[in-house]
Amino acid sequence: MVKEIERAGIPVVHMCTIVPISLTVGANRIVPTIAIPHPLGNPDLSASVEKQLRRRLVDRALDALRTEVSGQKVFEAK
Amino acid sequence: MKLEMGYFQVTDITFDQQSSYANHVLIVDRAAVEKLVLSEEKIKSVSVDIAKPGESVRITPVKDVIEPRVKVEGKGGVFPGFISGVDIVGGGKTYALKGMAVVTAGRVVGFQEGIIDMSGPGARYSPFSQLLNLVLVCAPQEDVERHEYERALRMAGFKVAAYLGQLVKDMEPEESKVFETLSLRDSNSLYPDLPRIAYVLMLQTQGLLHDTYVYGVDAKKIIPTILYPTELMDGAIVSGNCVSACDKNTTYHHLNNPVVEDLYEAHGKTVNFVGIVITNETVYLADKERSSNWTAKLCKMLGPDGVIISQEGFGNPDTDLIMNCKKIEAEGIKTVIITDEFAGQEGKSQSLADADPAADAVVSCGNANQLVVIPRLDKVIGILSEVNKIAGGNIRSVRPDGSIEVELQVFIGATNEMGYSKLSAR
Amino acid sequence: MTKLRVVHYINQFFAQIGGEDKADIPVQSREGVVGPGLAFRQAFGEQAEIVATIICGDTYFNEHIEEATKQIVGLVRELKADIFIAGPAFNAGRYGVACGAVCAGVHKELGIPVLTGMFEENPGADMYKNDIYITATKNSAAGMRNAVKDMVSLILKLARKEAVGASCEEHYLPHGIRVNFFEQERGSRRAIDMLLKKLAGKPFVTEYPMPTFDRVKPACALQNIERAKVALVTSGGIVPKGNPDHIESSSASKYGAYDLTGVDGLTSDRYETAHGGYDTTYANADPNRVLPVDVMRDLEKEGKIGSLYNTYFSTVGNGTAVAAAKKFAVEIVHKLKQDQVDAVVLTST
Repeated sequence: MVKEIERAGIPVVHMCTIVPISLTVGANRIVPTIAIPHPLGNPDLSASVEKQLRRRLVDRALDALRTEVSGQKVFEAK
Repeated sequence: MKLEMGYFQVTDITFDQQSSYANHVLIVDRAAVEKLVLSEEKIKSVSVDIAKPGESVRITPVKDVIEPRVKVEGKGGVFPGFISGVDIVGGGKTYALKGMAVVTAGRVVGFQEGIIDMSGPGARYSPFSQLLNLVLVCAPQEDVERHEYERALRMAGFKVAAYLGQLVKDMEPEESKVFETLSLRDSNSLYPDLPRIAYVLMLQTQGLLHDTYVYGVDAKKIIPTILYPTELMDGAIVSGNCVSACDKNTTYHHLNNPVVEDLYEAHGKTVNFVGIVITNETVYLADKERSSNWTAKLCKMLGPDGVIISQEGFGNPDTDLIMNCKKIEAEGIKTVIITDEFAGQEGKSQSLADADPAADAVVSCGNANQLVVIPRLDKVIGILSEVNKIAGGNIRSVRPDGSIEVELQVFIGATNEMGYSKLSAR
Repeated sequence: MTKLRVVHYINQFFAQIGGEDKADIPVQSREGVVGPGLAFRQAFGEQAEIVATIICGDTYFNEHIEEATKQIVGLVRELKADIFIAGPAFNAGRYGVACGAVCAGVHKELGIPVLTGMFEENPGADMYKNDIYITATKNSAAGMRNAVKDMVSLILKLARKEAVGASCEEHYLPHGIRVNFFEQERGSRRAIDMLLKKLAGKPFVTEYPMPTFDRVKPACALQNIERAKVALVTSGGIVPKGNPDHIESSSASKYGAYDLTGVDGLTSDRYETAHGGYDTTYANADPNRVLPVDVMRDLEKEGKIGSLYNTYFSTVGNGTAVAAAKKFAVEIVHKLKQDQVDAVVLTST
């Protein structure tokens, strides 16, 4: 789905845990997430800390959308 | 490690006052089995039934299939970590009741448990349609947490399988077979000219109903390790897996691992079967990297010329499969991978979620999305309405005449990736 | 049972008119069988009859592909053919292209069953194997006997509208459509055999060739994200409680579009996941863990993004065929463009 959206010229960022699949299939902007059942969360954390984590991941996704890329790029944590 | 397996064929099962095995007939004391199942507190009720090959019977939703076994000689007992202690198994003597299985059934989560059709077009897609099945349809206590109920149902299956196995403990089997794996040093000097083959067994370990246990340990927490092939025959690895009926490894599959059987068959003749590496399939990328790194490392240390890799499940585990394949090939070891396909109902879609040119030798166990119509059968053991939610079913699945159009995904064992069955695709 | 009427296409060489020197002859038609048609006639027996043979020079055809195809389709129509066969072309490149083109043309215009045969390396094979069936043959006319046998068997199946088995069973070139069948040996056994061949350096055939993936040019980065309308899409199956559109837990045949107006964050009483491929406990307890509506709203309030698009799209990415996912995306893109969405955040499990 990511590729079809991109084909239409809309910048899209793929937030996913299994980055290798996203790379193989061909997404261009990729942000690695926490785990398959909770990509944007961590049930071991308190609710407010978990939300901060989610916010950081989404911020990174927005950074990816603002970054020009010439091919595939995985936006890892700094 | 040397194990002598003794086999007792079962050609019929009936209920009666006292359990026994004689003249290939298994007699089951239904009340005793019910009591055994209900000793698991989280189980509220159970109904025990028998399904025979050729009968117009549909069993659904199926959780696990287990072959009754009993340890007669040697360390430990069957299903270590659950029924028995944690001694290392796989040596001595073990007996099995062949031609039958214990099947646990009933609603656990409501989707992705599977179907066994004992006759009709659906019977071709499950090997268990050929067995005499003792079915335990269970229901949970109110307000029992899902993880707890799954554990109770799992234990109930092992308890009944062990109970039935005990019936032949002091008897003489009609057929025996010896399986032996020597140390690496000894097998290499005994068979210097045979190609050395190892087997990488991937285990599904992704959470509720997607789990596998090794000596009682949740395999998502293990680091890849080495087993003697005979350990599997004593139930060292058991299923806690309910995802995707078609390619999950039931406990029966683990006990009767076909790669192990066929490699032993060839051992000393065309191959030197050196051992098994087990690894997991978790939901974290770091684990996938770590596990595949370790798997490749262990393979290198065992020194094989070639490795067979079997997968369990589909989707994100395709990444584990490809990682294992790539990294083992990078060590100069040749691989063959065994997998199934999800190529869409028309077979036109991409079969695996991940890919790599290094995976140039693939055995396919069939496209699980293929549609099949199965007729209404006379008797349902279990709950039929769950079919709509079972993976591969959809809201229109049950037709007015009672026939159902479903994908092969719903049949237990249809596309099993150990290569247990003969289904394939091109 | 009336005999099926067959029209057969061959080139100048197999028509015994000449070799390269006659490769420029135009389209012509003869009654009955010519050349290899004789072998076909024998194999067809009482079931079918070659009523005419169309001949064309390979050079002529390749230099006039459109007109020649059109002309041949016209002839086949006039002859009231029930089925159409061409070649087999073995490894002859121009002949293979000609056979593929006429078969594809006849099938498209007339809708009748068509079949040709060629060696897998024939350029015509790659060009046409996904449009029509092509019987796999040896690389020279020494394989004529088997080619005729296989072609007759398959074309009669197609004519009778019987189910066609897997490529290795029916001896046609794999055409990207996976077909199930039962092997003689179980998978574990086949794996050992394949590995021993691979170790010995002997040829083996993989049962599933690895796919290659196309690449898409990255879309331009967002310039003014504070003014951007950003949409959320997920393959993690987050849906309103009760899954009103009944999106399947696996092999999803549809996606849902759900209104986010007035929704500041997803809650477990109003949302759930329909996905059957992962432990749903965490997603059900807090759906924001899969679809981060709460954080997106915060960003919107803080002015970090222009707005969160008021609709989100959801499907279940569990064993869902790539072709289906592509279809959903095309429809979703249409809506996104209509509503001038500037960017998408797509989450997967």
